Amino acid sequence: MADFLTEYLAIILFLGISAALGLVLLVLPFVVAPVNPDAEKLSAYECGFNAFDDARMKFDVRFYLVSILFIIFDLEVAFLFPWAITLGDIGLFGFWSMMVFLGILTIGFIYEWKKGALEWE
Amino acid sequence: MILYDALSGWLGNEWAWLISNVVSILLFIVVLLVMIAYILLADRKIWAAVMLRRGPNVVGAFGLLQSFADLLKFVFKESVIPAGANKGVFLLAPLITVTLALGAWAVVPIDKGWVFADINVGILYIFAISSLGVYGIIMGGWASNSKYPFLGSLRSAAQMVSYEVSIGLVIITVLLWAGSLNLTEIVEQQRVHGWNVFTLLFPMFIIFFISALAETNRPPFDLPEAESELVAGYQVEYSSTPYLLFMLGEYVSIVLMCAMTTILFLGGWLPPLNIGFLNAVPGVIWFVIKVWMVFFMFAMVKTIVPRYRYDQLMRLGWKVFLPVSLLWVILVAGYLVTTGSFPVPVGVH
Repeated sequence: MADFLTEYLAIILFLGISAALGLVLLVLPFVVAPVNPDAEKLSAYECGFNAFDDARMKFDVRFYLVSILFIIFDLEVAFLFPWAITLGDIGLFGFWSMMVFLGILTIGFIYEWKKGALEWE
Repeated sequence: MILYDALSGWLGNEWAWLISNVVSILLFIVVLLVMIAYILLADRKIWAAVMLRRGPNVVGAFGLLQSFADLLKFVFKESVIPAGANKGVFLLAPLITVTLALGAWAVVPIDKGWVFADINVGILYIFAISSLGVYGIIMGGWASNSKYPFLGSLRSAAQMVSYEVSIGLVIITVLLWAGSLNLTEIVEQQRVHGWNVFTLLFPMFIIFFISALAETNRPPFDLPEAESELVAGYQVEYSSTPYLLFMLGEYVSIVLMCAMTTILFLGGWLPPLNIGFLNAVPGVIWFVIKVWMVFFMFAMVKTIVPRYRYDQLMRLGWKVFLPVSLLWVILVAGYLVTTGSFPVPVGVH
């Protein structure tokens, strides 16, 4: 048990050191580099004109659709992880149960394909 | 470990563990970053050679110090934060990118036993961390409050999550073959069964390689930063070290993907042939050679393949890779069930 937790402590330590290294690099130019901002330098980059309107604009709904589809299929992958490891123990019954699950998902996948959710023109 | 033994005598086990780990992690990260400095140079040199140019050749002999000169230049440049940006999120985004990219290396074994955290769900950890990588990009693009970064980050996020799915399914096929989530075990299984790339999993190697290109926004899938359309995508408003951190994070995850390809398919630290004198070479050397060879393929793809259009990219991800890798999961599982040749744990613990 203790060994098991020690491994995760090492990960936290690793993440902490990575973050510290990044933070040092992030802060460094504010210390050593010149800082003399002006209005033009601080304006958003947009072909030389002043920005016409706010950048947080409407965007294509398909990006939203892609993220929804991603959640479905990523969850499927998350279900497959334990199944893949224990396939030797659960045998044919486990195999066919997962096939039923994948079959249902495939029907959904075919449906979204036919509906044109995957089209980008 | 030598340091741990030396320190545990007079500091107590906890402090010895902490100090020896901090020192070795720092050492590992520094070595990794120096290697990435040279990978970056190699990338530019290969790119130049294909175009019959010389590439960077001024700083140091053959330009060998170019990356370090670049680092200094980045540090001494003014860090501009646009007036309209959300300053906190704007600066947090590159930090998150680089922390996650480096953090994934905590579980990567570079030789048998040479790993900081030999957790039994290593590959799941890498999968989770690389999923989180999207946040750095989407935060950067949103916080910039500028149109190009916004569009670039949207594209990038959609692209990364799309290819995440096929990478996940490819990983499942490898798991079926190896029967473990532990990266050391996956490599040691290949000592018994031969490299995964030479088995039923060969098509998965190709899909993994191409998905890795898309996942790390490498050309030909570098649409988030397609210069001709979006200038530099989500990085437009970044300058100085925040930009450096984005670029560093990108290259760290590219090398991570090379290392994952090596571990999952190319036998990690195992020698190419099981012959005495090849076995005598330390595993870490084989590992680094393989990582460099995979990176060479990354660099060659960058030079010779034209950039994809966005609809082609999404079509490839969702309509080709997803069905094929799903089919392969069923195929591999079916093969294992019908022949009953399930992987026998080699027991690395």
